Amino acid sequence: MMRSVGTLTRADLAETINRKMGFSRAESLALVESILAHMCNAMADGENVKISGFGSFVLRDKKERIGRNPKTGIEVPITPRRVMTFRASQLLKERIANG
Amino acid sequence: MIRSELVQALAKENPDLRPEEVEQTVDIFFEEIARRLAEGGRVELRGFGAFSTRERESRKGRNPRTGETVDVPSKKVPYFKPGKEMRERLNP
Repeated sequence: MMRSVGTLTRADLAETINRKMGFSRAESLALVESILAHMCNAMADGENVKISGFGSFVLRDKKERIGRNPKTGIEVPITPRRVMTFRASQLLKERIANG
Repeated sequence: MIRSELVQALAKENPDLRPEEVEQTVDIFFEEIARRLAEGGRVELRGFGAFSTRERESRKGRNPRTGETVDVPSKKVPYFKPGKEMRERLNP
């Protein structure tokens, strides 16, 4: 039977780092936060983030387009914006596809 | 930013750690996310975003060389949704 797996969070990542590296819980959590903060900062600065073997976080600039409020049907402009997309590496795609 | 630059930035912030410890920590971080996705689970990093997998239906494909019809089986593909804080930081 396929076991349902739960959601992995920062706390779980910190816990594994604590167990495998022997850093304190607080230190492990700080490292998790730090990794995320560095990636966030790079992207806020307009940089893509590429993690070999895992995937790339790629920024895309969207032009303004006309949208519609689905409730009222009224047309509203959707402002130009920057979005972040994730492109998984070939390796990660294969691991996920094969379960 | 690439993986090695991330490791360098972390190492600089944590002079008490050996460079190889920082490297291993980064490896564990991404490996745990990848493993959970491979197991069919979800990863939620508030503020950053959430990783999950989606089912792709099986379909009939074609070998572009021979024109032969082939069955492409259903499979899971990775999906990422950026978090609210991340989206806001990208659009100040």
